[in-house]
Amino acid sequence: MKAYERVIQLVLFISAIIAVLGVILISYFIISEGYPVIRKVGLLDFLSGIRWAPTQGVYGVYPMIAGSLLVTIGALVLGVPIGIGCAIFLAELAKPRIAGILKPGIELLAGIPSVIYGLYGLAVIVPFIRKVFNNQGFSVLAGSIVLAVMILPTIINVSESAIRSVPKDYKEASLSLGSSHWQSIKNVIVPAARSGITAAVILGMGRAIGETMAVIMIVGNSPLVPESILSPVRTLTGNIGIEMGYAGGEHQKALFATGIVLFVFIMMLNIAANLIPKKAGE
Amino acid sequence: MRNKKTLASICAAVLLIGALTGCAPAETKEPTGNETGTDGVSGRITVNGSTSVQPLAEELAKAFKDKNPNATIDIQGGGSGVGIKSAADGVVDIGMSSRDLKPEEKSLKEFKIAVDGIAVIVNPANEIQGLSMEQIFKIYTGEITDWKEVGGKEGRITVVTREEGSGTRGAFIELTKVESKSEGDRTVASAITQGSTGAVITTVAGDPNAIGYASFGSVKENTDIKLISVDGKACTEENIYAGEYKISRPFLMLTQAEPTGLAKAFLDFILSEEGQTVVSGHNYLKAVK
Repeated sequence: MKAYERVIQLVLFISAIIAVLGVILISYFIISEGYPVIRKVGLLDFLSGIRWAPTQGVYGVYPMIAGSLLVTIGALVLGVPIGIGCAIFLAELAKPRIAGILKPGIELLAGIPSVIYGLYGLAVIVPFIRKVFNNQGFSVLAGSIVLAVMILPTIINVSESAIRSVPKDYKEASLSLGSSHWQSIKNVIVPAARSGITAAVILGMGRAIGETMAVIMIVGNSPLVPESILSPVRTLTGNIGIEMGYAGGEHQKALFATGIVLFVFIMMLNIAANLIPKKAGE
Repeated sequence: MRNKKTLASICAAVLLIGALTGCAPAETKEPTGNETGTDGVSGRITVNGSTSVQPLAEELAKAFKDKNPNATIDIQGGGSGVGIKSAADGVVDIGMSSRDLKPEEKSLKEFKIAVDGIAVIVNPANEIQGLSMEQIFKIYTGEITDWKEVGGKEGRITVVTREEGSGTRGAFIELTKVESKSEGDRTVASAITQGSTGAVITTVAGDPNAIGYASFGSVKENTDIKLISVDGKACTEENIYAGEYKISRPFLMLTQAEPTGLAKAFLDFILSEEGQTVVSGHNYLKAVK
């Protein structure tokens, strides 16, 4: 019996190691492939260069960094208020019957493959922007709108559980002091859940910055620093996704170097998410 | 004690399975026939030159190897110039070029294996029927930005291009002189960049002000977009084969002298019906109509 237990323990341990090993191997691979280009170009020139012309050996990822950040910020501006509003509604106001319809709907939203979001953006959002603003349609705005919808499930689910985990005493104390339900939500419950809500926003941001397929299809992928939210733009993920197919030699390594930049971004977001205190009210 | 034995035997079994599966493919790869046996020709040749021809040559070599498993064809890039020079110097068995030979290079034996034609496409709603090479050049370098400058209805041109590294983009910028030796690729930075022929077609089909390009083979029967004429010559198979339509180029394979052995077998295969099916399967036009 004990041998059996030990084997199980070993199998579980190996599973755990494989997950961590995956991260280590991928990090090592990306860095060893991409670092030579960064060293050759110079870290500062690589990060601040505004021209990306890989077939001529000019590698500047600044337009893509700006692109990723702009599209992501746009998505947060549109998605966070809706997401938090929806979370408050689900946790505090919705009758069980309505919540029973909304919850599966939101879960379904999370399950839609990103290429379908891209297709929707390409067929509906891009022509809509083209018509309204009389431009090319592919733009920061198109990317932000689609990403805002894509990050909704993350924001709603994490904020809702943060709001639900606020101790009942808080709400009861607030109500017994004479505040209305809305006043309790606004002044007591949401502030008490703010660390969880912040985590939700950061996780949503990570999702937005890492999204590739849907973004490639709708932002136009022009490697230039966007002038406005109506300009076409290329993101870090899009840069890798769109050029990997035919890239060879140094060009390919430069795409791995783009991957390093993306990796650092995601790592910083994860660290930020871990720094947030976990318990409500702190 | 027993536990350790169990563990040891499990490990041994895993290792054994790993070793067996690792060996199996290697064994089947051992050569079985002789040089003139049922496995076709054997030997090794080197091919280098145009990076535009390279992907097609690799596909052709793969198809050739399926029939002649003992033959090895090494294909390298380098550019058309390198291919022509290497073939002339006899450094390689076959050189590849994606441009016609100059008179002084005509001593080489040349085999046209395919024709690469690139169609310039616009939205069907666009009134423009044709553009000159110069107008296309100016549109793609950002000098012309409105359709009214080339005789169309007023509207900002949406320039659609392929990603850097794409063979179609390489051919297009070379033939339209958007790429220059001194300044490199001068495609306007605000151009919408799409990663596939399909995405270019979708973009042009959806935007009345868009202009794009795609290999002729992939758009010739597509009615969602309109193929326009270049320098007054319509983009048709006839005009491409006749060399009238300017955004096209031949794919050549070159040998120093009359090819023999494996080089001959490979070239014969490329020009056979089977080889030419591979050519049209990759959206290039067959060598001969």
